[in-house]
Amino acid sequence: MKDWRLYCKQNQGLLVAIGLFLFFYGSYSSLHPQGYTAALFNQNSNECFALVMAAMAQTLPVLTGGLDLSVGAILTLVNCLASELLGGTAFENALGMVACLLAGLACGFCNGCLVVYGRLQPIIATLASSAIFIGIALFIRPTPGGHVDGDLAFAMTYDLNELLIGLGLGGLSGPLAWCGHIPTTVFFALLMALVWTYFKRTQYGLEAYAIGASSEAAFMSGVRVKRTKLVAYSLAGFFAGVGGLYLALQTSSGNADIPQAGAYTLNSIAAVVVGGTSLYGGMGGAIGSIFGALVLRSVAFNFRVIDEQSALGFLANPLYQPLVEGLVLLAAVSIGAFWVFRVKNRLEIFK
Amino acid sequence: MTESSAFLQLRGVSKRYGGVTALDRVDFSCDAGTIHAILGENGAGKSTLIKAISGVVQPDEGEIALQGRPVQFAHPVEANRAGIVCIFQELSLLPTLSVAQNIGIGQQAKRFGMLDQKAQIRKAEELLARVGCEDINPRAWVRDLPLSRRQMVEIAKALGKDPRLLILDEATSALTSADVEKVFGILNKLRDDGLVLLYISHRMSEIKELSDVMSVFRNGQHIETFPKGQHGDEEIVELMIGRDMGHVFPTKPPAVARPPVLQIKSLSWENQLDDISIALGRGEILGLGGLDGQGQKELLLALFGVLKDTAGTIEIEGKPVEISGPQAAKGEALSLALVPEDRKTEGLILSMGIGQNASLASLRQFRSGLRVDTQAESRRIDEMLRRLQIKIGEVDDPVSSLSGGNQQKVVLAKWLMTNPRILMLNDPTRGIDVGTKQELYQLFRELADAGTSILLYSTDYDELIGLCDRVMILYQGRIVRELSGDEITETNIVASSLNMHENSELGRNNPYLPSEVS
Repeated sequence: MKDWRLYCKQNQGLLVAIGLFLFFYGSYSSLHPQGYTAALFNQNSNECFALVMAAMAQTLPVLTGGLDLSVGAILTLVNCLASELLGGTAFENALGMVACLLAGLACGFCNGCLVVYGRLQPIIATLASSAIFIGIALFIRPTPGGHVDGDLAFAMTYDLNELLIGLGLGGLSGPLAWCGHIPTTVFFALLMALVWTYFKRTQYGLEAYAIGASSEAAFMSGVRVKRTKLVAYSLAGFFAGVGGLYLALQTSSGNADIPQAGAYTLNSIAAVVVGGTSLYGGMGGAIGSIFGALVLRSVAFNFRVIDEQSALGFLANPLYQPLVEGLVLLAAVSIGAFWVFRVKNRLEIFK
Repeated sequence: MTESSAFLQLRGVSKRYGGVTALDRVDFSCDAGTIHAILGENGAGKSTLIKAISGVVQPDEGEIALQGRPVQFAHPVEANRAGIVCIFQELSLLPTLSVAQNIGIGQQAKRFGMLDQKAQIRKAEELLARVGCEDINPRAWVRDLPLSRRQMVEIAKALGKDPRLLILDEATSALTSADVEKVFGILNKLRDDGLVLLYISHRMSEIKELSDVMSVFRNGQHIETFPKGQHGDEEIVELMIGRDMGHVFPTKPPAVARPPVLQIKSLSWENQLDDISIALGRGEILGLGGLDGQGQKELLLALFGVLKDTAGTIEIEGKPVEISGPQAAKGEALSLALVPEDRKTEGLILSMGIGQNASLASLRQFRSGLRVDTQAESRRIDEMLRRLQIKIGEVDDPVSSLSGGNQQKVVLAKWLMTNPRILMLNDPTRGIDVGTKQELYQLFRELADAGTSILLYSTDYDELIGLCDRVMILYQGRIVRELSGDEITETNIVASSLNMHENSELGRNNPYLPSEVS
């Protein structure tokens, strides 16, 4: 089928990212001494979730031809905010979570305003705003700590049954019983993927791609350039906020950790690229970024289970890990560039 | 024509950009049910006129009225809503979006706020069928389509907006002749449906075939509007340029034996070039003809070292050469130059200055130590700008501020500054006004007389006939016919382009082959 081949060609990056994830995660879980278990899967998905959210957040500005250097900062800010708001009654906690998500959305909206109305380059506007967000985070939480309700944190970091019981609904049974064992984070990642898919299918989604593909042509086609950019940056802030909220539930605390914020930002960019989104904009998507983030995490997982006696045993030494991680990342990104060797017309390289 | 009141009327419309008056108190009107051609040289104000009508720019003074009611458009979308749709010369398509998404980008069909993708594809299929392009897959990315297909998508996209006034600005410049036929069919039908069509083209033959009414613009002023047939070609051209045109093409020198400068032997590449052998003589203008996309572009790119893994040999001045890329091609040993197909993306760096663009390929000449001798550079730039009569404000102005014809001259200036032995031209007069075309023809002949060998690919048959000493017709990557001297006629070119020799049975009986082309 011709359309099927066309789909593969247009979604090359996503397919490569899925392949890489299956390879690295497969290698990790097969090397794992306890083998592949539900508990391991749960633990791993918890470790991935915050980065997955950061990567989804980064996708939106990149698609419109920009870049968001404040993804990690928004995540950190919301993390600190959550450590203040999630220690009360169930009702207070629910309100607190809504407030955290709104805070993320508001941060993204501010970025959007800087880019759209301030007419600043996204990279410099978000560099400045990231410093401001971190500043606010430090103001909220000068030292690491805070309090997060233990039951809430457990429900959000375990499986769906636990979440439903926490909500007072009781666990799943009958034919859907197996769903109860889905890790909460996987459930929420799927939910966020749905949010993304909905956005992509709306007029805003199409217009976001259009702006990245060619902002002049988009303007001439009647695309609402300003409004769409505002929506894209706001949604990016929302995804980063989800990541920050989760980080507070995962660690039961808040921490205005500047290096950690920077690492989230840079890894989110790497995940977006591994996931097949073009840094020039207009091409790719957040689903690819999810797998990009999973690839990054799975590569690091492998270091834990490497056999010290084997040829690659030196990798068990943490001193070598960043170097090798960098090389693997470089190789992963290069897979997307293999087509260059097949090009017989050098002009196509620049397209 | 019926005595209907004007559909669109402009009264005293002026537009100034800085010190330049682009439109000067223009009064203009057009009626429903007509195809109205707008003629004028580059810089005559045609582009500004249509930009003002379609809401891209707002006039400084004057009034625009649609069916008698004054209107003001702050944005092209407002004009679209009023039924004014413009197909721009610069393609307004989004490269990494699918054809269907491009066509449906302004549409509102929604379910729960989501765009209906199936409806989008159906609508795209319908519109593509309407312009006779069922072969385009609506799911394909626009980026992966050739230029001529993209232009058809652009036309389909415009029709999807249900226009009442459709503006075509050089919208057929990249089309193949088969597509032009289809588009003309559609335009005639739209006219019969009562639409107004404003048609801008530099191809006189198309204008004569298509339009009912013509308006001539010059220096931002509306000179005259008249029905078709009232003025002859010569008169129209005189109105456009405000002076006597003289002969369009310089006289060809008598055919002489020329020592070959470039010899191509059995050049092949992928499936697109097939066993091509050409000998290009010193001071010769050799034309490459044929339908669009038969390998002409690839041949020029191969000679410029852009294509990898070509088979066959290339000899320059009798010596076999290996052309590794544009950098090697322009070097002294080979001394090749290529004016590429698309001046906006491949020919120029639009945001850089005119002078910077002009000297970009020959900076090596001006090197002194680690720095560039800017004085020598600007002397040479001035010399070139004068020689090519490029009309500019400041040498540092961005090249994007120039009109299309002057931009193309800057591309030529860039390559002439390298003093090439062999000059390759890929459709150098596309979208350029008559006056500038004439200047370029003169220039090409002067260069040839001075010893430069020219390889010219042109989609305009008149150029091949009027300018070239010999013409090679390509068909599916092969040279199917070589024409020289009196053989270079439109009939022969068309027949060979369709790969039919005039003595073959197929050629005589084929209904698509014009027996006699005027």
